[in-house]
Order: sequence, then C-alpha cells, then structure tokens
Amino acid sequence: MERDFTKSRLRVGERIMEGLLFVAAALAVAIVLGIVYVVVSESAKFFAHVSVFEFLTSTTWTPLFDNPQYGIAPLLSGTFMATLVALAVAVPLGLLVAIYLSEFAGARTREMIKPTLELLAAVPTVVYGYFALLFVTPLLQQWLRPLGIELPSFNLLSAGMVMGLMIIPYIASLSEDAMRAVPRSMREGSFAMGATRLETAFRVVVPAAISGVVGAVILGMSRAIGETMIVVVAGGQMPQMVTSPTQQGATVTAFMAQVALGDLPYGTLEYNSIFAAGLALLVLTLGFNFIAFWLQRRFREAY
Amino acid sequence: MTAIDAGRERDITAHPPGLDARRFKDRSFIIWGVLATVIGLGTLLTLVLELMHDAHLWPFAPWGQSVLSPRFFLSFPSSDPAEAGILSAWVGSILVIVTTAVISIPIGILAGVYLEEYAPKNPVTSAIEIAVNNLAGVPSILFGLMALGIFVQVLGNAGRYPDFLPEGFRNASADLFGQSILTAGITLGLLILPVIIVATREAVRGVPQEIRHAALAVGATKWQTTQHHVLPYALPGVVTGVIIGISRALGETAPLIMIGGLTFVAFLPITRPGDATFETIGVLDEYGAPLNSAATERVRIESDGIVVLPDFTERPVQAGQVLDLPHGTTIQTTASWGDAIASWSPSNWLGQEFTVMPIQMFNWTSRPQAEFLELAAAAGIVLLAITLLMNGAAIYLRYRLRKSIKW
Repeated sequence: MERDFTKSRLRVGERIMEGLLFVAAALAVAIVLGIVYVVVSESAKFFAHVSVFEFLTSTTWTPLFDNPQYGIAPLLSGTFMATLVALAVAVPLGLLVAIYLSEFAGARTREMIKPTLELLAAVPTVVYGYFALLFVTPLLQQWLRPLGIELPSFNLLSAGMVMGLMIIPYIASLSEDAMRAVPRSMREGSFAMGATRLETAFRVVVPAAISGVVGAVILGMSRAIGETMIVVVAGGQMPQMVTSPTQQGATVTAFMAQVALGDLPYGTLEYNSIFAAGLALLVLTLGFNFIAFWLQRRFREAY
Repeated sequence: MTAIDAGRERDITAHPPGLDARRFKDRSFIIWGVLATVIGLGTLLTLVLELMHDAHLWPFAPWGQSVLSPRFFLSFPSSDPAEAGILSAWVGSILVIVTTAVISIPIGILAGVYLEEYAPKNPVTSAIEIAVNNLAGVPSILFGLMALGIFVQVLGNAGRYPDFLPEGFRNASADLFGQSILTAGITLGLLILPVIIVATREAVRGVPQEIRHAALAVGATKWQTTQHHVLPYALPGVVTGVIIGISRALGETAPLIMIGGLTFVAFLPITRPGDATFETIGVLDEYGAPLNSAATERVRIESDGIVVLPDFTERPVQAGQVLDLPHGTTIQTTASWGDAIASWSPSNWLGQEFTVMPIQMFNWTSRPQAEFLELAAAAGIVLLAITLLMNGAAIYLRYRLRKSIKW
C-alpha cells in the first residue's frame, strides 16, 4: 500500500497555524502603531488651532475657560514635581532593599521578601489614591503644622510619596537583578583585599551594576510619570505652575482623566486637547523607556 | 612598617586599624536594609488596616455592623449611602474581565509561542520584540486614549464607517462598540497582552530542547510538538502570567475612565430571575411610537404579567396565552430562570454600558461625605482582597513550579 509520507494535509495545517501565530505576534506592532496614530492624528487637529510654540511656552493651561490657554508647562510641572517626590522616596528605599537582598540576605529571606514586596506594585492604584488622600495627607498635615506649613487637602507631596511606595518593587527588583548579575569573582577579589560586605557592595557591586541600577530608576520614573489615579484622587486637579510639593497641581494624566470624566463632545478643541496632552505623555514615557533600555544595553559590562 | 606576629592574637584582630568601626558599619547596614524592607511591607499592612478601619471592620467590629455586609454586594449604587452597594460594579467587572480574558489569553499565548518557537531572526521579528517591550512601558491611560479614538469615536459610530460596508453591519457593529463592555474588554485585553506574552515566552524558553527533539524525532510536526509537548510543560508558567495580567486588569481605572465607563449605574447588563422585563412589540420610531400602528402580531406569553396596549389600558395575562396584539403594546412580565440564563448570552451584554469596581470606588472616594468614604473603603477592601489573593496564588504557583520541576 502506498502511504503518503509527505503529509501534505498536515503541511497546510502547519502553515495555517504558523500564520495565526504570526498574526497574534504582529498585533503588538499594530497596537503600538494604533496608539501612535490616534494620538498623533488627533493632536494634529489640535495643533491646527493652537500653535506648537504656544503649547510649549505658555505657562497657563485653561482649556475649559471661555478664553482658553494651552500651555503644557503647568501640567508638566505637576507631573515632574510628583515624580520627583516619588523618586525621593523610592530610590533610597529601593536601593537599600536591593543591596540588602543581593549582598546581605540569605537565599531563603530573599525568596520570601522579593515576591511579597512585589505585591506593592499589584495594589490597584485607585486604592493607593484613597490611601494618599485619607491617610497620608492627614498624617502629613499633622506633622507639618508644627513646622508652620499648612498642607492643603489636595497636594502633590502625599500623592508623590504614595507613588514612590508603589514603584519601590520596580526599582528594588530590577536593581537587585543587575547586582546579582555581577560575577562572584569580583566580590571575592574585594573580600580577599580585606573589604567588608558593605564596602564591597558600594565600591565594587554597585559601580559594576550601575547601568542596570540607573535603568531601573528610569523605568520606575516612567511608571510614575504615567500614573493616573493616585494624582487624580489626591493631587488636586488645578493646573498651575508648581514650585513646591506642598501645592496642589494637575499632572498630564490627571488632566486627561478629568476631561474624560465630563462628557466631551467629539471634534471640539477640548476633546483634541487631551490627545495633545497624551502626545506629551507618550513622548516622555517612550523617551525614558528608550534611555533605560539603551543604558542597559550600552553599558552592560561583559564579564 | 612593623611586622605582624601571628602568635600574638591582638595583632591580627587589630590589623588593619579601624577594623572594628568598619565591621560595625557593615553590621549596621543590615538594620538599614531591614528597615527599608519593613517600610515597604509596613505600607501594605497600614493600607489594609486603614481600609478595614474606615469600613468599620477593625478593630473587632461584629459582622453585620460593618459596611461590608451581604447587602453591600446586592445593592445598586444610590445617592443614599445607607442603601448603596456594588452590585452593578462587580457584575460589570466580571463581564469586562471575561471579555478581556477571551481576547488576551489566546492572543498572548500564540504571540509568545511565535516569538520563542517560530520567529526567524529578521527585522520583522525585532520590530515585534521592540513593540512588545515598549507596550509594557506605555502608561495605561494611553491605551484608554487609543480606545477612545478608535473603538468609541469611530467604530462606535455607524456614520463614521467606510461607505462600502452594508448598513446592517455598520449599525450592528456600532451597537457593540462605543462606551461598551466590549470596548472595555478589548482595551484591558490589549493592556495586559505584554504581560501574558512575556510570561509565555519565559515559560516556553524553560522547556528543555530534548523534549522538542524527542517529539520531532518520532515524526511530529512543529505545531504538534508545540501543542502536545512544549505547551503542556509551559502551562504553569503561562497560568502564572495570566493570573497576574487579569489581576492587573481588574484594578485598572484610568483607561476605562478614558473610554467613558460610567460612575453611576443602577441597572445590570444581564437579567436576574424575578426582575421586571419589558418587551414592546413591533418596530418603533425614535420617540417610541410604532412605525405601523395598524399592524398586529401574534405573540405567545411566556410568563404571567401585564400587557399595556397602545391606548394605555392594562390587562393581566397568563403564561401560555396566545394573543394578537397591536404594534406598540408593551408586555411586562417577571423574568424566569430561563430568561435570566438567556440574558447571559454575550450578544446581549457586550454592547451595553458598564461600570467596574475601581470606577465605583473612585466615584465614592471623590465625594466629600464621610458615609461615601466608608463605602469607598469597603469597595477598596474587596478590590485589594481579590488582587492580593490572585497575586498570592501566582507567587505560590511560581514557587511550586521552581521546587517541583527539575529538568
């Protein structure tokens, strides 16, 4: 009996499956293009009415007023202030945790603490917003009053601090990975010269892992820039040039959410303005992600 | 330089100078490390206790006095805080998450398998990899912005479809999109796609080469090998990624606010047994009047209820009656179990407006009255419990996986 060993029927199935797999993977590219297309094309309609120059240089953002002003600077100042506070909390804490886990803690402790700490990143951000508004802000108000600082009930300080707690796992986990990738022989060389673990950590391990550590910090930063709910709930929604974290202020994301919460008519300038804000956000986060990626690639020491 | 005499113990411990201070610093760093860890974990604990305190669950509140009672889960939101609950929110969350899962799980797994098992080394593949890496870093609100621009404004509007599409298709499709459960499900599905893709890739990469070789050696095709041998071994890793992705989707608020998730929904997209149902006979115009008021239709009554004729006269009807009713008549009945189960069909709820638990919590958080903040805390506990449980399950699964599989 003649048997068909070429299995042409199977081959058709194989081809179809392979095509299906490719389409699924290519969808990722389509989504990126979709996001960029929507944001850019709707922003283009916005920039047909508002000059790019005004957008970048004006220091007033009042798109919902009768005499609208479209300067992105107040929103950016809010975003950067909140991010700065977040980094001030997350970088020291995250790096301490990373150094402790990578250089001091035993394997069992590390196995326990790392996943537990990652739960911090899993908490829904609206819950964090509640926590910032109703727990951290009153606490800070109490602490700052004796110092003569009256903290408003909406402020970027508590929003930023809670955001910092949220990004600890990103910074700690990624920097710890980078530190653990430093080969054991380098540590042993340091120990052999009589250095303590602490001296080895700060003078050998961290410098060797610096690109990974900086990459981790930048990724955490980009996460903070894109965070929405914490700043919407606790940071206030008034766009103004922020000079101190104790002020309230709107971030880029907070403005977008605020406008979307009202019913926005399609095609109006207000509707298009959230896409312009989105464009600024996209450029910022993709830019920082790219820098982090490049740092990790470029300065990865080959051991 | 003085020689060290190994016979004298003091010489060795005293050398080099300052060793004691350096060792003290070294030891005390452990305190700093532990302190930083405790601050992180303490935040989590404080968060849980604060929510429990605000919802009157702690300390020692008896069950029933707290906001978090069975009634809380079975009531619609209301302007009266004593009456308000999260019924529409949790039903909405479940329907949105089911849609998300149906979209993101198959696509994510297939994409992960493609990149790990099939993808040739070429520019197309690296473009896909760059896209996946970047998607993971795109803020969630931008996914909402894309969904607003495409699914809500274009696909949700029959008038903005290309003209060559048949009108029936345009209307049906526009009914499904817009500010609907389908739009929300797709948006969150795309959002968690990178999580599932990355988890699948890692799990597939962990399956040893020998297993593939063995399958290929006995004549299995590439897809047969992948389907029957690689994927089963990779499954626990894939499931871990899926759980983490779904738990993230459950807690997302910002993208759903962008597409117009409602903050106050006092209806369910599906029918419960015992709910009143209204069915109007005939084709109606936009004001609710029948297009052809002279026409009648023969209708079989499914369950006991009332029939309201176009002239607003009412008459009770019983199940099983067959009546000729003029167009514009409304049949009011109570839904039976059969009606309820029929309403679970996706075609019935995919196109409906929705709210989800994080949006409901946000709505209550942004109100000044203390009673609503209690409700927000209770909703927060439910959300937190679900996400922590799911992530706990994922951590446990990963831990078991690492212990049990020794290639």
